[in-house]
Amino acid sequence: MQNRIDKKFSELKEVNKKALVAFVTSGDPNQKISKNILNVIRDQKIDLIEIGFPFSDPMADGPTIQKSSQRAIKAGANVDSTLQLVKNFRKNEKNIPIVLMGYFNPIFQYGLKNFFLNCSSVGVDGLIIVDLPPEEDHYINIYTKKYNVHNIRLLTPTTHKERLKKILQHTSGFLYYVSVMGITGTKKPSINEVRKSLTKIRKISDLPICVGFGIKNKNQIQSLNKFSDGCVVGSAIVSFIEEFDKGKYSENQMLKNISDFLANLKK
Amino acid sequence: MSKIMKKTNKINYYKFPDKHGRFGKFGGRFVAETLMPLLLDVEKKYKEVRRSKKFKRELSYYFKNYIGRPSPLYFAKRISKEIGDVKVYFKRDELNHTGAHKINNCVGQVLLAKKMGKKRIVAETGAGQHGLATATVCALFNLKCVVYMGALDIKRQAPNVFKMKLLGAEIIPVKSGTSTLKDAMNEALRDWVSNVKDTFYVIGTVAGPHPYPMMVRDFQSIIGIEAKKQILKVEKRLPDYLVACIGGGSNALGLFYPFLNNEDVNIIGIEAGGKGINSKMHAASLSRGKPGFLHGNYTYLLQNEEGQITDAHSISAGLDYPGIGPEHSWLKETGRVNYFSATDKEALNAFKICSKLEGIIPALEPSHALSYLLKNSKKFKKNQIIIMNMCGRGDKDIFSISDSLGIKFRI
Repeated sequence: MQNRIDKKFSELKEVNKKALVAFVTSGDPNQKISKNILNVIRDQKIDLIEIGFPFSDPMADGPTIQKSSQRAIKAGANVDSTLQLVKNFRKNEKNIPIVLMGYFNPIFQYGLKNFFLNCSSVGVDGLIIVDLPPEEDHYINIYTKKYNVHNIRLLTPTTHKERLKKILQHTSGFLYYVSVMGITGTKKPSINEVRKSLTKIRKISDLPICVGFGIKNKNQIQSLNKFSDGCVVGSAIVSFIEEFDKGKYSENQMLKNISDFLANLKK
Repeated sequence: MSKIMKKTNKINYYKFPDKHGRFGKFGGRFVAETLMPLLLDVEKKYKEVRRSKKFKRELSYYFKNYIGRPSPLYFAKRISKEIGDVKVYFKRDELNHTGAHKINNCVGQVLLAKKMGKKRIVAETGAGQHGLATATVCALFNLKCVVYMGALDIKRQAPNVFKMKLLGAEIIPVKSGTSTLKDAMNEALRDWVSNVKDTFYVIGTVAGPHPYPMMVRDFQSIIGIEAKKQILKVEKRLPDYLVACIGGGSNALGLFYPFLNNEDVNIIGIEAGGKGINSKMHAASLSRGKPGFLHGNYTYLLQNEEGQITDAHSISAGLDYPGIGPEHSWLKETGRVNYFSATDKEALNAFKICSKLEGIIPALEPSHALSYLLKNSKKFKKNQIIIMNMCGRGDKDIFSISDSLGIKFRI
């Protein structure tokens, strides 16, 4: 079977459209509401869903996603419940590509072979492991190929040309360009810097490139999409969950806010 | 033939880490991509300066004139008598400028940072000793210094916080996670990711991504190099035992490393047993943890079955860390070093005994190592020589100790 990510990007390319990727943490604020949030995202015809499985020490994440991970862990989320969430979601949704994002320790402790086997059986299409650079990806290379789960890598403003080649060796699906030097949801990307970097990357790779970190509104997306293949929005969505958790509004209101927010970005 | 076989099986401990930054299967480099080019750069520069005579001269200048090295190797007569017919020597790194072994590493790393043209230093700190040492060296070299410290530790270690501020460092309280050392390290890493261009992260222990475990070990190994010379001078032979406390493990590795290939020297590391290693309140990652990935390396960690890092506990803020340097994990598995633990209570007891018998108020960290000697006096034979690393002085701990002992005093 063709990987859903490849299928999605080739479809988008045919109609000259860009991908909108939405990120949420699995099990935040709990498993049940998390499922409802995924449904809302699906209903907005988002192109790709990135689901974070929580880790106690998310080194590359800013305060919004840190808190989100803590809420999820507190509510009992783990690798297993994340796979379960995807499994349930897939019952009614066969097409949208799903990428899991997280840190290496939880999946290593889960058991790598089991993890990839289950990813493939519940319908996970790609994986971003934040703290597994190409120097250490020997742990997973045999599994990503065998189970047809794309190993999606982060490229950053610090990635120079030689390193880029090394990173591309075992990368598939798409490239995730980290638009800022920093952690998720904090700094705003400089559009011009991103443009320059993407031009360099395109000389070496034909993979689609999505841009993420610090993207919060439609203007940014419009500017970035002039040269990217899509944008990732994470902390901005998770903020609605945080406000709900603080008791600022009801679950329905939160779902509506997320829905409206995404609808506006899609316009 | 059998002799040759034996020889080839012997591990040469000086050949590690390998080029992938591994000590056996432990160590490595597990960080976000943003940091990778920088780590590779730090490694390259470190390899250059490691061989440079000029760098070595500079380092030994500051070791001698600023830190006050070599630190004495002191025969602790009354403690020895307390234990039995043994000879206990304290390697007195508590006499260093700033009161602990931490500064050895800070001078080395900050000199390297300067060579790399960095203008801003970040550090994490638990007990505050590493933060204090970093702030001190930054004042000396006129660099901006930002120290991340758990909000809980700021309370526990008020004197060090005050000193760091006096030295011009900016202290950022860390309230995420458990508000202790591991969270301070997360925040320092996040800062570094966000400021890679002008910033150097001075890690305080033999953990973190390669090349840090190697680099910190090398800078700290001055402790063992001196101790070896000193003991050979007074006793004309190598010691029977080395003993040191372990949080991340930098003071221990500093003492142990120059002796690792001397098979006849027994080496013992003491983890913080907190309220007991069968309770959940301890920091004994080697005894009670299992290998996993945190802060850039593969090593023994306290974690639950789902791979979430769990809280460590120790009365000593400097040992309150759920991981351990990867080289220790490897030394445990090769059997070269034996690791045990001491509880809060045992450490407090050793703290009191040492103060009374030797007129040395030790930090709570080395009190753990000392308590192992006091508790296991029967293990040692007559005239055996033991070197214990007195890696820090107790000034910083008097407030938290008086709390634990229920003593109120006014200053």
